[in-house]
Amino acid sequence: MKRHVLNPLWASLAIVGVIIGGGRFLVPDDFGVHGRNFTYGYYRLGSLQDWKDFPVKYQGRDSCTECHEENTRLNSGSVHADIQCENCHGPAANHPDGVADGVQSVSIDTSRELCLRCHAYLGYTNSSRGAMPSVEDSRHRRRRECSGCHNPHNPREES
Amino acid sequence: MTCSRRDFLKEAAGTAAASALPLSAFVLLSPEEARAAVADSKARYAFLIDTNKCIGCGLCVKACKIENEVPYDAPVTRNWVERYIITKDGKVHIDSPMGGRDGFLDNNMYGEEIDPEDIAKTFFVPKGCNHCDNPPCVQVCPVGATYQTNEGVVLIDRDWCMGCAYCIMACPFGARFFHPVHKVADKCTFCYHRIKKGLLPACVQACAFGARRIANLKDLDDPATKVIMTERVAVLKDLYGTKPHAFYLGLDHDVR
Repeated sequence: MKRHVLNPLWASLAIVGVIIGGGRFLVPDDFGVHGRNFTYGYYRLGSLQDWKDFPVKYQGRDSCTECHEENTRLNSGSVHADIQCENCHGPAANHPDGVADGVQSVSIDTSRELCLRCHAYLGYTNSSRGAMPSVEDSRHRRRRECSGCHNPHNPREES
Repeated sequence: MTCSRRDFLKEAAGTAAASALPLSAFVLLSPEEARAAVADSKARYAFLIDTNKCIGCGLCVKACKIENEVPYDAPVTRNWVERYIITKDGKVHIDSPMGGRDGFLDNNMYGEEIDPEDIAKTFFVPKGCNHCDNPPCVQVCPVGATYQTNEGVVLIDRDWCMGCAYCIMACPFGARFFHPVHKVADKCTFCYHRIKKGLLPACVQACAFGARRIANLKDLDDPATKVIMTERVAVLKDLYGTKPHAFYLGLDHDVR
């Protein structure tokens, strides 16, 4: 056969060989069908462990109550009892042992904007937002921090 | 035919060994082991979202961004809250500034001030990845970098994703985005690192109103599963056939 036929043939076979052979080395051993079928479950098994190892930042109310008894007592039973401590105080992460990557140490957000997330008056009378006790931002004690007058742990008590 | 004692013993031993071999190839599995072998699991996670309870505080978005190290001020987010205002003239106004990360403090929507007097109805819809049973984002991945776990959670392998963004275009819900730091596709992981430790996802934990909940559909005693089984729930974009697993209570027909 002529060279103009054979040379491209060998070249293409070599390329296919390099791709298949290279794949043997480069694709991790744990790559395969681990889920329900090839379409949805073809993946690298180690990826599951990578995600499991992702650091937890929000530790939840239970991790706060042990040390911060006074605030827990004040908060329990109040209308704010359903709010997670970390929503205002920031994620605990490794607190009190240290600070995780990408997270500032526990810092209290006392800003007016935080309270207005729920308590800004919008006039939505038909929805549950309308049922929230709310103030008109432009009329009620402008630019002052709410916690000066209202106790955030238990709004029914004075600050 | 002659048969010496030596030959007889040899043959007999060989036959015994040969018949024992196939038996040892069978292993008796307990039901749990059998279930694990066919890649079934005890959990199928789903979201249960009650739009009647959401007041649009956006604390779920804030918690998600911090928990999952999504760049806080970049215009990308794994979950978001949409505000719908239907005015009395029948117009539907929808917005979600920064995904609702800072809540909704006024009635300014895209520069238009909406008078509370004109409002017919309004509601908030928390959204995110629906962890579909037939995820189109997984089907289109050319390299096997995104997949569905046995618990129904759709995840992305950050080491294997090459950032081609096919999946971002394939998702009918807009739940995927390009991660500006890792340069790969990114989306809600159902807080896989948290649910595997028995914690709630960050958005569910942060919600003070119970608007976002999770259900394990394989646990029929799960209170959220009972709600999905017995009450009237809807999913987003049912016609796409992706079988979304975020179930909504109180979904309006204007929600898209």
